Amino acid sequence: MEPLVTFLLRMGDNTLVLGHRLSEWCGTAPALEEDIALANTALDLIGQTQMWLGLAAEVEGAGRSADDIAMLRDAWDFRNVLLVEQPNGDFGRTIMRQFLFDHWHKLMLDRLTTSSDARIAAIATKAVKEVTYHAERSTELVIGLGDGTEESHRRMQDALDRLWPFAGEMFTADPVDHAMVEAGVAPDPETLEAPWLETAQTALTRATLTIPETAFAHQGGKTGQRHSEHLGHMLTTMQWLQRAYPGATW
Amino acid sequence: MKPSTGEIWGLLDKVPDPEIPVISVVDLGIVRGVRWDGDVLKVAVTPTYSGCPATSVITMQIDAALRDHGIENPVIETQIAPAWTTDWLSEKGRARLEEYGIAPPSPAGGPERCPHCGHKDVERVSQFGSTPCKAQWRCRDCLEPFDYFKCI
Repeated sequence: MEPLVTFLLRMGDNTLVLGHRLSEWCGTAPALEEDIALANTALDLIGQTQMWLGLAAEVEGAGRSADDIAMLRDAWDFRNVLLVEQPNGDFGRTIMRQFLFDHWHKLMLDRLTTSSDARIAAIATKAVKEVTYHAERSTELVIGLGDGTEESHRRMQDALDRLWPFAGEMFTADPVDHAMVEAGVAPDPETLEAPWLETAQTALTRATLTIPETAFAHQGGKTGQRHSEHLGHMLTTMQWLQRAYPGATW
Repeated sequence: MKPSTGEIWGLLDKVPDPEIPVISVVDLGIVRGVRWDGDVLKVAVTPTYSGCPATSVITMQIDAALRDHGIENPVIETQIAPAWTTDWLSEKGRARLEEYGIAPPSPAGGPERCPHCGHKDVERVSQFGSTPCKAQWRCRDCLEPFDYFKCI
């Protein structure tokens, strides 16, 4: 597959899978305001997915639509990082996952606003406004809950311990990334790690949370080589309608 | 005879936003261009938020309004660059929002005053609200909650 298509699938699959995960909270969040906020964040991410996968379909030129790509591929064809497919867990874990992803997302989109590909720059310029807002919100919540009650602190520390080993994958680079750097399309993900770590550390310190010492990073999502079992389960729900009633429309 | 683009702008200024019907799609700043390409009218529309479900309804309403005025087969094009900003809200739109009870966007990051009583002592309840473009705030003087149109 053309590296540009793979790159676009990675962007779109990250937002699609995380958007779907967040939508699982709809109607069950701990407070009405949080319910609305999570659903709105999910909506932004699904909107961004339409743009990324729409462009992927266009560049691919195989007659597939964004919907076909989202609804008719199996787990091994997804190119999202493992972090975003992890189950929601409790509210704290959902917010921690969001926090770790939002800051990577914002840094990536900031750099993509100057992409040599004008279509990518346009999508990034649109999306970064929304993602800046997501990052503000998840950061405030991580600080508030980490530096909150004994129980909220414990839950946030548990979430950080569990999810931290999934953060490293966002900063790994492979031949697809190298091709994107070469073409001036996208930054090398490795260059995003230092600014990301600085932002994350500042917020986590304020949240009175301790970053785990492990340097281990789970990998295999963005290459599609080894997704966690959770993605398949999620897809059975997300894709059920199109699988059971092929071609059904609203 | 085909109407001038000026007349088309006037016509679109009567198409209400489906979620906030006191302002028009022109007030909202999402109509980015109107031009005749031969006998085909092309209207460029930009989404407010990329996932806003009102966008498809807006496109249908614009299409319907144009057809009601005898314009056949208008083409509504989605344009994402430059990205929509609340700076494009018209002055008329801002005034109508406030009359309707929605605080207009302010670069300071929060509403200037309560749209109900005008008091400046307001607090944020939630960063998000009933639609992607709004957040929930409350007045500490009259105690009424209100929507704030987020500034982006």
